Amino acid sequence: MKIARRSLFLGALMLSALSPALAQETIKVGGLATLEGPFTVMGEDGLRGVRLALDEVNNEVAGKKIELITASSDASPDSALKAARKLVEQDGVQILIGPLSGSEGIAVKDYAKSHPNVTFINGSSAAQDTTLFDPAENFFRFSTDGVQWMAGLGEYVFKEKGFRKVAVVAEDYSFPYSQVQGFMVPFCKLGGKVPEKFWVPIGNKDYSSVIAALPDDVDAIFVALGGADAVNFLSQYQQAGGEAPIIGGSITVDQTVLGSKGKIREAIIGTSAAGPTADTWDDPRWTEFVAAYKKANPDGFPFPSLFAHAYYVNTKAALLALKEVNGDLSDGGKKFREALSKLKFDTPTGPVSIDENRNGIASIFITEVVEGEDGNLVNKVVKVAENVNQTLGEPQAEFVKNGPPSRDNPDCK
Amino acid sequence: MTAIDANPPRGQAVPDWLGQAHPATLLTAVFLLLYPAFASSFFTFQIGANALLMGTIALSLMMLAGYGGMVSFAQLTVAGIAGYCVAIFGTNGSGVMGLGWPWWITVPFSILVAAVCSALIGALAVRTAGIYMIMITLAIATAFFYFVRQNYEIFNGFNGFHGVAPPTLFGIYLRDPLPFYYLCLAVAAFFYFAVLYAARSTFGLSLQAIRDNPRRMQALGFHVAAHRIFAFFLAGLIAGTGGVLLVWFNGQISPGTVSVAGVVDVLVIAVVGGMRKPIGPFLGAVLFVLVKNFAIDLIGADRFNTIIGLTFLAVVLFSPDGLLGLWERFKAANVTASSRSILGRGGTG
Repeated sequence: MKIARRSLFLGALMLSALSPALAQETIKVGGLATLEGPFTVMGEDGLRGVRLALDEVNNEVAGKKIELITASSDASPDSALKAARKLVEQDGVQILIGPLSGSEGIAVKDYAKSHPNVTFINGSSAAQDTTLFDPAENFFRFSTDGVQWMAGLGEYVFKEKGFRKVAVVAEDYSFPYSQVQGFMVPFCKLGGKVPEKFWVPIGNKDYSSVIAALPDDVDAIFVALGGADAVNFLSQYQQAGGEAPIIGGSITVDQTVLGSKGKIREAIIGTSAAGPTADTWDDPRWTEFVAAYKKANPDGFPFPSLFAHAYYVNTKAALLALKEVNGDLSDGGKKFREALSKLKFDTPTGPVSIDENRNGIASIFITEVVEGEDGNLVNKVVKVAENVNQTLGEPQAEFVKNGPPSRDNPDCK
Repeated sequence: MTAIDANPPRGQAVPDWLGQAHPATLLTAVFLLLYPAFASSFFTFQIGANALLMGTIALSLMMLAGYGGMVSFAQLTVAGIAGYCVAIFGTNGSGVMGLGWPWWITVPFSILVAAVCSALIGALAVRTAGIYMIMITLAIATAFFYFVRQNYEIFNGFNGFHGVAPPTLFGIYLRDPLPFYYLCLAVAAFFYFAVLYAARSTFGLSLQAIRDNPRRMQALGFHVAAHRIFAFFLAGLIAGTGGVLLVWFNGQISPGTVSVAGVVDVLVIAVVGGMRKPIGPFLGAVLFVLVKNFAIDLIGADRFNTIIGLTFLAVVLFSPDGLLGLWERFKAANVTASSRSILGRGGTG
């Protein structure tokens, strides 16, 4: 009996010694995106970005296989939390990439604090709070935030276009707040004025009351609406005989808007906007990325959306850091996170690094809508702002004085 | 039980003594008490506790529909009102409202507010029946969703409130999987037996009689509307308590929590589980939570919502009475012909 017991004991020992080794053969990565609700198409594109980055390395780092486990949210913080919990606590992912939307990001960052051994890397969520106020040690964002995405736009329209008075129409949640702040802070500093702001709920169909209330004496309208909301507002504004030039947020003049037919085209030609990507940038890094995206996703968008780009960049950061530590996460990912903190790499939109809040520093593009050679509308790059950081070049203490973006902040009537 | 048409649900023996308890009840109780011992923290918290609290909210609907014949779409709204009250009167991390009352005042007060709101909803709805009651309560639920989404002064609009935490009692943080599971289990068990008991009480019997023949009860001198409104008040206590657990479970509440999709989820849980016995909503909640969490692993990211829909469709298609009906059929098939027919009508609206 003794022998049997001893061999059992030895067998158990060997098994227990083997199991971590076995577990190390695959690295579990979670992909969290909005696969239901109003942002479904964007979430799908985000995951395309993740797969693109994984395919580049054949789902392998340092001889270890990478297993991607996806989970879905519906853009609400509750659902993002549930999905994150499932990935971390049930599926046991060591790295989680996501979420997509602003308010979700804040919720996942709070959750990250209770799991210090899991590394959270943002998907495309772009609320400023996530990393600027009360950040989590293990939450990284190599993509940039909604304030950064507006970098340079305020100065550009003030100086180049000569706009002095601009009205704002934006959706009523955390991401557009960030966008409006990013546009207004430099614009107001130069002496521009924003006499009125209109906050509309997501999914609003009828903008007639907003259009009727728009002041007549403004030089332009800053529109921070996304997808169907942007199409609805712009076409109704056009029908109402609105003539003012449009300035767009980062998701205002995207593929859905540019592809729309009818009279709306005239309304959006000449629209200035800014964002982390620009469809027609002629840099080889970007064109190669577009080609790879199109090859892998014949049913995708004509150009990778900023969601695909953000998820791609964040996944790539994870892969590069994994390579650096030879895929070793056995110490709860400590070394891996150190590697991430020091990471500087080249993305389809130029070099990216992160600051001490683990938030990305990257290039931002100012674009203008023009008619392309084939008659389609495209966003032409007019200016690239390089190395835009989270505080738009100001010292953090100075920048934080602006306060978190909200309906009433900033203000310059 | 003589004066009443023997329509289900028939109240059952009150299990005040173990001797009277059905062996299945005892087995279930033991299983539920020991569940965390062999379940991972994820299964304890996100499956177990979540199913218990969703079951509690659906139980309030089962009570109204099963015993009162009143299908209300506003039960999640009532739960949401309690959840919002916890964030508004207690503390939250959003920097809006958060009056900072101690939890032992906030929680009962929130539940009471929810119950009173439920009674008010009832007062609006009880003069109608069937499809009209569904329309009115659905309209209230939708209105509440749009109201909280657009009101920033009190409800903080689209973002709602985050950082809502349960208290720490005797050094135990109630949000940890184990204590939170037992808290949900205690609440669910309490209301489960309370509903069983109330179904046999004078009030419960009158309510069932009103369901079956309101005009006769009116003629007998019963105040029909008052009975129904009081039923709404009681259902509000159940849903409100479920709402407090819900806001603690998520750590936050936003308009998305009380959206029409969520309202429909509660209805799905109750219908899929079965509305004839208080255990139904809990069965429905277990199935609902499991499917919601794991459908994506079975089928991948593209079509998992189809699987969710088909699962519920299949249950309702094969058994108009939900999982309860399936179980009873299974029993009936295995018992001799002396078994009584169980395929009566369910709680109709």
